[in-house]
Amino acid sequence: MKRAIILISLTILGVYLLDIFTGIGFGTQHFASGVKDAYLSGSKESLKVSNVVTSIVVNFRGFDTLGEVTVLFLASMALGGILYKKRHDVGARSVLFPSTRIVMSGAKLLFPSIMLLGAYVFIHGHLSPGGGFQGGTIIATGFLLMLITYRNYSVSHHRLSYVESFAGLLFIGIGLAGYFIKDSFLANVLPEGKLNDLFSGGVIGIIYVAVGFKVAAELTGIIYTVLHEKD
Amino acid sequence: MIYLVLTFILLLLMIGAALYAIWQKDLLYAVIASGIISLLLSIVYVILQAPDVALTEAAIGVALTTIIFIIAIRNTVRYEDEHDKKIRKKNQLKSAEE
Repeated sequence: MKRAIILISLTILGVYLLDIFTGIGFGTQHFASGVKDAYLSGSKESLKVSNVVTSIVVNFRGFDTLGEVTVLFLASMALGGILYKKRHDVGARSVLFPSTRIVMSGAKLLFPSIMLLGAYVFIHGHLSPGGGFQGGTIIATGFLLMLITYRNYSVSHHRLSYVESFAGLLFIGIGLAGYFIKDSFLANVLPEGKLNDLFSGGVIGIIYVAVGFKVAAELTGIIYTVLHEKD
Repeated sequence: MIYLVLTFILLLLMIGAALYAIWQKDLLYAVIASGIISLLLSIVYVILQAPDVALTEAAIGVALTTIIFIIAIRNTVRYEDEHDKKIRKKNQLKSAEE
């Protein structure tokens, strides 16, 4: 009975997928028309952003990015709720072995440069490849290096939650400012500036800095919770 | 042309690393191999002119996923057979009790 149900549902899924995939038409030019020209020309001419991906992610599809950030926040919150049992008891048991002196010195040497790279990636999100998510992940990787190298290295959960909340509120605040000034959520309220300038693209730079801080705080919190799990 | 050849080499290496990760009984090596898949995939993304995706893949796929798997291995067992052995031992004990 169970098998029959599984087979029937798989057949239904297969029929739907077949329908979708035969409709795509591989090899044909189905991107010839549509919204892509508006994106490609609009990001350079009206928004003055040289990285088209960033302009789509943060400006044209900014609401989706807000949802993405929310998903990440919910994931980190759920993980913390499951694994983080006792508060205010920091660094009770690390799951890792103690590391050698070479690793310790190397980590100390690498940590500031990783931070700098992450900050560069999310500050220059509208000029060069990368952006808030990538920069935040790089910063979290730096904290991960310190956490797995030094067993008693600890980050303050309070500070992380403050950074995260402030960054999230900044994102929503910018969106609401766009709503009140220009009648559309996440509309560009700041001047666009010049192409290839650091202060260009209006609100994109600020939003990506906020997203970078938020992602970095969330991922660092996740790693810290997983590393210092108690039984 | 050279990029096409390079892409094919990278894809073959990725398939090799994936097969290694499946067949390897030492789970730590398997996790490192799956990290290598992500590393090679990020190079493929750069060749396909998607540097944004490549950055994400390099940071998340290589560093974060690998370390979370390593933490999981540290908390459980390192070798694939170990788990089976433990279960077998438990079953033997049970049958001996009976």
